[in-house]
Amino acid sequence: MTHGRHDTERTVFVPGLARVEGEGGLRVRVQDGAVSEVTLNIFEPPRFFEALLEGRRLDEAPDITARICGICPVAYQMSACRAMEDACGVTVGEPVAALRRLLYCGEWIQSHALHVYLLHAPDFLGCEDAVQLAAIDRAAVERGLDLKRTGNMVMKTVGGRAVHPVNVRVGGFYRAPDTDAVRALAEPLRRARQAALDTVVWVAGFEFPDVVGDYRFVALTHPDHYPIEDGAVALWSGEEMSPAAFADVAVEEHVARSTALHARLHGRDPYLTGPLARYALNATRLPEIARQAATAAGLGPTCDNPFRSIVVRAVELVFACDEALRLVLGYERFDPAAEVVTPRAGVGTGATEAPRGLLVHRYRVDADGTIASARIMPPTSQNQLTIEEDLRRVVEGGLTLTDEDLTWRCEQAVRNHDPCISCAAHFLHVTVDRS
Amino acid sequence: MTAVTTDAGRPSLAVWKFASCDGCQLSLLDCEDELLALAGAVQIASFTEMSRATVAGPYDVSLVEGSITTAEDAGRIRAVRDASRVLVTIGACATAGGIQGLRDFASVGDYTATVYARPEYIATLETSTPISSHVRVDYELHGCPVDRGQLLEVVLAQLAGRRPAIAGHSVCQECKGRGTVCLLVSKGTACLGPVTRAGCGALCPSVDRGCFGCFGPADTANTASLARRLSDDGLARVDVSRLFRTFNANAPAFRRESLAQDAGS
Repeated sequence: MTHGRHDTERTVFVPGLARVEGEGGLRVRVQDGAVSEVTLNIFEPPRFFEALLEGRRLDEAPDITARICGICPVAYQMSACRAMEDACGVTVGEPVAALRRLLYCGEWIQSHALHVYLLHAPDFLGCEDAVQLAAIDRAAVERGLDLKRTGNMVMKTVGGRAVHPVNVRVGGFYRAPDTDAVRALAEPLRRARQAALDTVVWVAGFEFPDVVGDYRFVALTHPDHYPIEDGAVALWSGEEMSPAAFADVAVEEHVARSTALHARLHGRDPYLTGPLARYALNATRLPEIARQAATAAGLGPTCDNPFRSIVVRAVELVFACDEALRLVLGYERFDPAAEVVTPRAGVGTGATEAPRGLLVHRYRVDADGTIASARIMPPTSQNQLTIEEDLRRVVEGGLTLTDEDLTWRCEQAVRNHDPCISCAAHFLHVTVDRS
Repeated sequence: MTAVTTDAGRPSLAVWKFASCDGCQLSLLDCEDELLALAGAVQIASFTEMSRATVAGPYDVSLVEGSITTAEDAGRIRAVRDASRVLVTIGACATAGGIQGLRDFASVGDYTATVYARPEYIATLETSTPISSHVRVDYELHGCPVDRGQLLEVVLAQLAGRRPAIAGHSVCQECKGRGTVCLLVSKGTACLGPVTRAGCGALCPSVDRGCFGCFGPADTANTASLARRLSDDGLARVDVSRLFRTFNANAPAFRRESLAQDAGS
């Protein structure tokens, strides 16, 4: 990190933002006490997934797109499957839907535990990383690792392995796991649910900078449950639309500073997806145990302080553990494990809730099942403009901080949204210029 | 970034990322039972995904994830090599160019225009190459993703100065070991197990799915023989080619075979 102060210019520079997935940077310029420029730069080398999918077969999309992100491969697999099933006019039955939701709960548990304990909590306690945190509170870090292990265990049992599961296919699964193996997850999940409740209490006691965002929330919503793998797209305005209609109005633009595309609704409004949005648009559909934890932690019907997203994530951990437990207890092995999917020419859209936000896939497929075109909207490229708005607020409210503290807070403001830069396309350089 | 005091009593470990999905370095954080012990036994000197703190090199062991796809990264990997006593590459991207290596079979110009409306903003190389194409590599650990048990074994072996106990035989042996009935023989399922490096534990056949080669070619992979068998079982050449052309498409044995299938030879 370098700092520079001149009569007309002040600069803080950090080469590489830590504790995010992927590589990117940010730059903030302050002139005459006002923020004049904020950019979140994403330099991670592009990997051209949309292009390399063209000419592949529709049943290859879940495994290929999983490789976009090692942290949330299930999200990619699920959105790809749903899009291909949509294109082919297939609706999966209840057992497949429930097993998918269980697998996805596993990913939420491991990803949220990773973010809360290893990536985000160290910021609130003045630690560089979770190893330092363990030196002052080993029990907390061990609780986080226990949670993470349980999430991975769910993924391994259902999906075959934790990173890039092998058991997912368009239409369902290759083989439904044995009943006993799934039921054996109940005990670890009960412990995990308690650990998640303890997590809510722990993070609710952190000190939060007083920052309030003015967010346009976008999340899936479903009449029967808190959204993970299905539902309509709900907007902050109260409007609801199908994933296909949403993909039509969410317009992505390409700017020089980023290898990720920036999304705006109707080409106009930046918006925010992720835990804050899911919670604001679906809190009443949380199970009682998660709702009570949220209330005890002081969360209202919405949470507009991005630093408190760690509390919302902890509440979602309670939900994911509770939901996984419910699904495990109701599980019976089924066969066949997948619907038959017969290719046909068409366009399909799939939208699911990755741990860090809405993930939309759209494919055009030919009659023989060849992918003619692919479009993937990862959560971080949808959130990028809103993260920049957050940075502006944080800097405006933090001008009295030292360069070092302001830099750390800016980094934290980015980490609040658990960005997955590998997904969005990807190198975080932090620069704060003060003129 | 804050520099922490170098701890001369412990070996230092650094983790670097190039073009990749983060999944292989995540496998290190997935060692929930060993992570804190490992962090006590070694000094984690640079690991951006895990920590703000960095220590300047040289490093005793560097783990490198990802492939080289930009001119800047081609320079950065040389700096990492210069700062590292031992350099270990982890995963299909670092050892074989990864899924993004599929660009080698098409024109990158076409790819850029497909994804980005303003292709002139994108600086990228025509190729996605493994780390060993750029610098000397001391050990390669394969897999998409790597197996976390194997990853720990490699790290511990490097720190102890011994050779990692990692087999180079095929997935078939792992199926036999766990008693999985051969899918290729019993059901005619297309399976790359006979030519794919072991290490995953033969996961796919255990869920009634043919191996799709995420660990790349085994040491002695007779791909031509397997391709003939797959053709005899009714798989079209284009599908045999596709099977070899995924995460390890540019690993020499798989690349040769997919090109041979394309050529119809």
